[in-house]
Amino acid sequence: MIQRILINRLLQAVMVAWGVGSLSFVLMRSLPGDMAYRVAAGRYGQDNVSAEAAEWVRQELALDLPAWQAYLHWLLDMLRLDLGVSLISGAPVIDEIKHQLGHSIELAVMAILLAALMAFPLGILSGLRARGWLDRSLLLLSSLLRAQPVFVIGLMLILAFAVYWPLFPVAGFGQGNDWVLPAFSLALALAAVSSRVVRDSTLAVIHSPYYQFARVKGLSEWQTFRQHGLRNLSVPVVAFMGIQLVGLIEGIVMIESLFSWPGIGHGLAHAIFSRDVPMIQGTALMMGLLFVALNTLVDLACYKIDPRGRPE
Amino acid sequence: MCYLKRIVCFGLLIGCLFSPSVLAQPANNHLTIGGPFEFTTLNPSQNGYVFTRMQVVETLVDVSPEGELLAGLATHWDVSDDQLSWRFHLRDGVVFHDGRVMDAASVEQSLSHALQQHGPLAQAPVERLAVDGDALVIELSQPYQLLPAVLAHYSTVVISPDSFDDQGRITRLLGSGPFKIAVFAPPHKLGVERFEDYWGQVAAIASAEYLTGHRGESRVLQARSGQADIIYTVDPASTGMLNRVSHVQVQSDLIPRAILIKLDSGHAFLKEVEARQALSLALDRSGIARAVLRAPGSEANQLIPAPLADWHLADLPPIERDLQQAAALLDDLGWEMGRDGVRVRDNQRFSLNLITYADRPELTVVATAIQAQLAELGVEVRVSVTNSSAIPAGHQDGSLEMALIARNYGFIADPLGVMLSDFGSPQGGDWGAMQWNNTDVAELLKRLEGEMDADTYHATAQRIAALLADELPLIPVTFYTQLTAVNQRVENFRFDPFERSYYLNEMELSQ
Repeated sequence: MIQRILINRLLQAVMVAWGVGSLSFVLMRSLPGDMAYRVAAGRYGQDNVSAEAAEWVRQELALDLPAWQAYLHWLLDMLRLDLGVSLISGAPVIDEIKHQLGHSIELAVMAILLAALMAFPLGILSGLRARGWLDRSLLLLSSLLRAQPVFVIGLMLILAFAVYWPLFPVAGFGQGNDWVLPAFSLALALAAVSSRVVRDSTLAVIHSPYYQFARVKGLSEWQTFRQHGLRNLSVPVVAFMGIQLVGLIEGIVMIESLFSWPGIGHGLAHAIFSRDVPMIQGTALMMGLLFVALNTLVDLACYKIDPRGRPE
Repeated sequence: MCYLKRIVCFGLLIGCLFSPSVLAQPANNHLTIGGPFEFTTLNPSQNGYVFTRMQVVETLVDVSPEGELLAGLATHWDVSDDQLSWRFHLRDGVVFHDGRVMDAASVEQSLSHALQQHGPLAQAPVERLAVDGDALVIELSQPYQLLPAVLAHYSTVVISPDSFDDQGRITRLLGSGPFKIAVFAPPHKLGVERFEDYWGQVAAIASAEYLTGHRGESRVLQARSGQADIIYTVDPASTGMLNRVSHVQVQSDLIPRAILIKLDSGHAFLKEVEARQALSLALDRSGIARAVLRAPGSEANQLIPAPLADWHLADLPPIERDLQQAAALLDDLGWEMGRDGVRVRDNQRFSLNLITYADRPELTVVATAIQAQLAELGVEVRVSVTNSSAIPAGHQDGSLEMALIARNYGFIADPLGVMLSDFGSPQGGDWGAMQWNNTDVAELLKRLEGEMDADTYHATAQRIAALLADELPLIPVTFYTQLTAVNQRVENFRFDPFERSYYLNEMELSQ
């Protein structure tokens, strides 16, 4: 069964790599405007972009090459596992992705862990005492947090924990605990939703016949919850958090900008502005693969948690 | 018991992770700088300004805050009578960060590299470079008095031959400045350390760090919290917050950059100078300066700001908003007010597209203010925000009607370089005139290229400035004021209007 999951996912990964890379190539090539000018602006900046700079770029990068030839070059390079070099920095795309994606994953994993730490206890407590004061207060808090753009949450945390109580740096990376505020901002936004998912899942489990039966046969509340509740309520929550994690890695541009965090969302946005096609293809491809990898992990985790799918 | 242990371990781990950071406060002899611009590569032709500002690399010629050319890595230079051969005498005792001594051959290698890249040196009429003893000789195909100013540009920095790989690509940046690179983490972080063997004033600061801050809000909060010692390009709206704290001072400096409306002077609606004058008169520059840019007094009455004295008309009166006169000018040209509030002539509505770009956030706000102000005159402006490359692209394919731009006249220390590219040919320039049928300015500029006499240069530059102010091939809006937040622990801070250097080696940090 595990083998089948892995083989399926591997095939899926190959198709995703080709599909995402090709699609981003086609989309980038079909955008209006002269690519050479965009690349020149990305390279030389607004003070130094001119028709001459664009011509320079066109010659150096052979941008006049027909699109199908450029695509074939990319495809051949990909078969050699070579993502090419960035049109802006001239550095290998793989190095830039390592730097940026590495930081994004670090932030996303920290955020999802913090979110889990908040969502599980609070969600379970709310579920166990549904419609109690804690449940109602948390519903209000979740709605409030969810209604805020994550950027505003980040700014609030900076004002509180970097300016008023200067415990953490306002922005930056690579200095120890400067991930705390950006990760917390993301975690609060995530936990606002996932705590409700945990709460609903808990509520569903504790009202299920098997749970009631465990209580009737004499198990204590804690024993019942540990043996029959926790595992059952985890399945939908793990699947949900897997999706949240993927969304985090690709969609945290605002937090990266606010905290000067060198993530892939920001890198990708800038690559699109300056038509850095190899960088866009490489990034999209890596994110596609990451999506497949995370889905696989979620499948494996659910497989481990839930014995019902396993062969007899 | 097992559960208890796990809980205790987990608690300890969380405690460690969240312990307040000592790094939230600046280290004693370490300076932290923040600014909005990113960098992606070590190549000086692309991101050289970051490395000159952080004083990692230096040029043959230096520039004073007043725009005078000073000795840099060259102590002096002379030019042959025919003005075709320039000899730059190099400074003794200059050592690169790898310990190599600078000689004429290393300068030649650096400049040869710059010649093969996009930049002002590649556009100069350079025939060849030659080494002559301790001097570097540059042969030109035609007189070009801009050469020393071009050699002060960040793309012409001198670096050690060890900076290049076998294929001539720059893989390390080994300069000669008072700081050497310690951390290069594009696009956000550049860390530098003091270079003890610097030929000039050795820095008192042990190390410094530049951090890109994309959001104005977080840059300001970095200054306020004390995490950053110096923040460049402070958002004008945030100065109030910084003025309320005692440990930060906000410094305001005029820089040689201006916000201008570039327009197609060949366009059917804009080809008469009176039409351009009407648009200029309809602008409420004071309102824009006060309410949008929060820099009262930065209203522009001409293209080039005061720090570039040769090109600035000191006696030119400010352009006050005069809607009546503007309307009269358009009335005389046959533009009648239509029923929808937009003027009409020959069944054509006075409606134009104005493009601008998001690289400078203030431009989009100013563009919409202009849109509202011109609407009062009966001129419809459709604003679209795009990429800075749309300006040269629109100029080249003729699709540009109007564009709101921020032009840096200090890009080369002598504004003649920018003026030549903007007005030096009948076709105008990507960032300058467009279809403006005036050959006088182009001829005068051409003459200045070989002009060595300072008085004649000044007089001609003033004449050109007057012609541009009268004819309005570009409409001036405001000059730029750069706001910088400086922590009080930084001593000897000074600002370079040409943004070539942060003068880190002159600064000291009080404990």
